Amino acid sequence: MSEQNLDVVGQSVKRRDGIGHVTGKTVFVDDLRFPDMLYLKMVRSPYHHARIKGIDFSAAEKVPGFVRAFTYKDVPKNIYTILCLIGVGPDEEPVLAEQEVLYKGEQIAAIVAETEEAAMEAVAKTRVDFEELPAVFDVEEALKPGAPILKPWGTNYFVYEGHDCRRIRYGDIEAGFAQADYIVEGRYQPGPVEHAPLETTACIAKPEADGRITVYTNTQALYFTMDNTALILQVPFNKLHFVGGTVGGAFGGKVDVIVEPIATLAAMRTGRPVKYQFTREEEFHVSSTRTAWRIYFRDGVSKDGHIVARQVTSYADSGAYNRHTPYAVTKHAANISGPYTIPNVHVDVHCVYTNRQPSSAMRGFGVTSASFSTELQMDKIARTIGMDPWEIRLINAYRNGDIRPYQKVVEDATLVEAIKGAAKLVGHELPKWAQAMNSWDRGAATPVTVEG
Amino acid sequence: MASKIVTFVLNGRETEVMVKPLTTMQVVLRDKLGYNATKVGCKEGACGTCTILVDGEPMLSCLLPAEDVEGRQVTTLEGLTPVDGLHPLQQAFFDNYATQCGYCTPGMIMVAKALLDHNPSPTREEIVDALSGNLCRCTGYEPIIRAVEVVAEGQDSRRPAMAERRRDKEIVR
Repeated sequence: MSEQNLDVVGQSVKRRDGIGHVTGKTVFVDDLRFPDMLYLKMVRSPYHHARIKGIDFSAAEKVPGFVRAFTYKDVPKNIYTILCLIGVGPDEEPVLAEQEVLYKGEQIAAIVAETEEAAMEAVAKTRVDFEELPAVFDVEEALKPGAPILKPWGTNYFVYEGHDCRRIRYGDIEAGFAQADYIVEGRYQPGPVEHAPLETTACIAKPEADGRITVYTNTQALYFTMDNTALILQVPFNKLHFVGGTVGGAFGGKVDVIVEPIATLAAMRTGRPVKYQFTREEEFHVSSTRTAWRIYFRDGVSKDGHIVARQVTSYADSGAYNRHTPYAVTKHAANISGPYTIPNVHVDVHCVYTNRQPSSAMRGFGVTSASFSTELQMDKIARTIGMDPWEIRLINAYRNGDIRPYQKVVEDATLVEAIKGAAKLVGHELPKWAQAMNSWDRGAATPVTVEG
Repeated sequence: MASKIVTFVLNGRETEVMVKPLTTMQVVLRDKLGYNATKVGCKEGACGTCTILVDGEPMLSCLLPAEDVEGRQVTTLEGLTPVDGLHPLQQAFFDNYATQCGYCTPGMIMVAKALLDHNPSPTREEIVDALSGNLCRCTGYEPIIRAVEVVAEGQDSRRPAMAERRRDKEIVR
């Protein structure tokens, strides 16, 4: 490519899907209709935690238009975990619940029918015999002795290489606290957030003449979803043809592989196209949310504003199942020191199961909660020791060549420049030593003393 | 209850459908007639993406029984699109990056069209008020408001009445 062609940087480029969007010609999954298409609706748990003693489809089967019901017995590999593709395990989430349900709205049985209305009516007429069990909704309560146990391995937490949490140990935390003039503690709780995309989660699975199944889906993760679907259905990948890429909003909410496996199974077993689309209510009540967190900080700070020790204990509310939260926990652990260089760090991040709807990916998941709580904590430190909040960030700013607590050498630090840029934009005058700072040369300027 | 025939004018064309009572215009347009620009976001009148115009007034097609449009003029985003090029609102949405995922776009444009037909020079507040029933989860609304402002400001130079021109062509065909 010649240099003359490199003219995009600095330009606004028109969206290639823009004309489709403004004319309404963009084809979303919900815009597809096929002859003989069946509609799938889900029998769901009305309880947060319950034992399933039996399911009775006899009234549902009498609904005109009823075609077939599916339970866990129909799913070749019913227990899975989405992140098995990157080595996360063990498998722990059922496609359809077996003996127990762990959250309100959990999938128990799929019903396919000739119309959406018939499928809904058959769902309403399915009788499930439940024995309600005690539920737990708080991350710290879930880890206490006597809490209802949700997982077959006997605890309510994800295991990281034999440990009950994701740990980071860097420096000597006790020595760090011994140097501190101030101890600043903080407790932060970013709440769950529903992505609420305008287009609800959906797919259509359509059997083809060659024996393959074409799956039209609005997933954000096409191959990830195809691979998980193939593993759950125990079919070779080449039996599935996934078509996607047009997504009516997702924000991380459409990476969980929920609708595709069961719709594909139903299409295989009925030989007809099957559509499974969340209602708006399902999108809110049963699709995963951003993870709720509880984060405890204990920072040791010297009089001159250096954070000399940071001890963090975080709890991620994974809800009933893993989804993407074990991975979010690792990212959170890596980022909880913020863009700051702290010599002594001790981090425990717990991935905790509760009887809430599963939490999963959403825009920077794991990191968002770390940044939010870290920056609130920086302001709290500044207030506690009577220092300017801009300056305390600059004093602790990481620079190239520093080592992160997870043992990575920093090569691309930009915090100093970002703070200086932000100060300029809002007309805030930084002290001379700060103006002389940069990210690549620690010798350039370091405040020896700082006025309180 | 028995189905009945409902007759209305859809994007300038006489249209007749057989519907069960309380079938919504959303279902009629999409599932019976294949006019997919009208989207389904919530089916409960909360998101605005299914907005259509009935005799020029914006209405939520997910809550509108088909019987209610008997004898009336119905306009969807398909009816706004000229044979060649784009309606000024479509062009402004495209030029101003007022679309991201595109799912709210049809409803936004239909509401904006109704606003400008009634009030060719709206203030920013009037634009915001008109769009306030329509949800967008991607853009943060600013590019959408800007797109409507651009068309409002250029109202005098705008090619007049695209929808009417399209209707003329439909009749000629």
